[in-house]
Amino acid sequence: MANSAGMALNFKFELMTGIHALGPGTGVPVRTAGVADVLKAALFLATATRVPGDAVYNNTLELAASGNYTQGGKTVTMANVPSLKTNTGTFNPTANLTWTALTSSGAFDCVVFYNSSQSNKQVSVHTFSVQTIVAADFTLTMPADAAATALLQIA
Amino acid sequence: MAMILTSKGEMDDALLERREGEIDNEVEHTTWVEHWYQGELVKRSAHVTIKQSAAVASGEAGGW
Repeated sequence: MANSAGMALNFKFELMTGIHALGPGTGVPVRTAGVADVLKAALFLATATRVPGDAVYNNTLELAASGNYTQGGKTVTMANVPSLKTNTGTFNPTANLTWTALTSSGAFDCVVFYNSSQSNKQVSVHTFSVQTIVAADFTLTMPADAAATALLQIA
Repeated sequence: MAMILTSKGEMDDALLERREGEIDNEVEHTTWVEHWYQGELVKRSAHVTIKQSAAVASGEAGGW
């Protein structure tokens, strides 16, 4: 069997569990063993310009703090452990997110996931069809926990 | 008589026009329910299921 170059497969999901801290150590945060960071999800108006290149969460054109919406968003339940699925490192939250009895301050089409334990560093941006909620629930369901569909993938 | 919460407070469901919609594409599967009263939207819920994920292609480690 010949040698084969490539990124270690497990490295792809171990990045998401905080196992590796590469480089000279600059920016490596203090962590408590066995304690995960807090992942949050915030909703943004369709007029916002959130992109994956944003380094951190901010509330510019987030839904206003009205109509049962709290700026900063909701804490995301994370019962699934990051894992390797068909050579893809994946992470998928387990729970739906529901904003109950919401009246949105405007039309929105974006959810931003960010790490509130690490200076609100942005994790991912997801867009969907423009929604307006009036005196009702808004539910966001996570994708299937599989290699091609999990919320976060490192292929 | 079923009462439901609307932008005008609790209202009799029988007075409201119910409309439903759905989008199903590669990005999302979304359903919504609207309630209208005399031409005014007084209640709207939605359920978005994300399909499109945030993927990063790591490629392969370079050789020499």
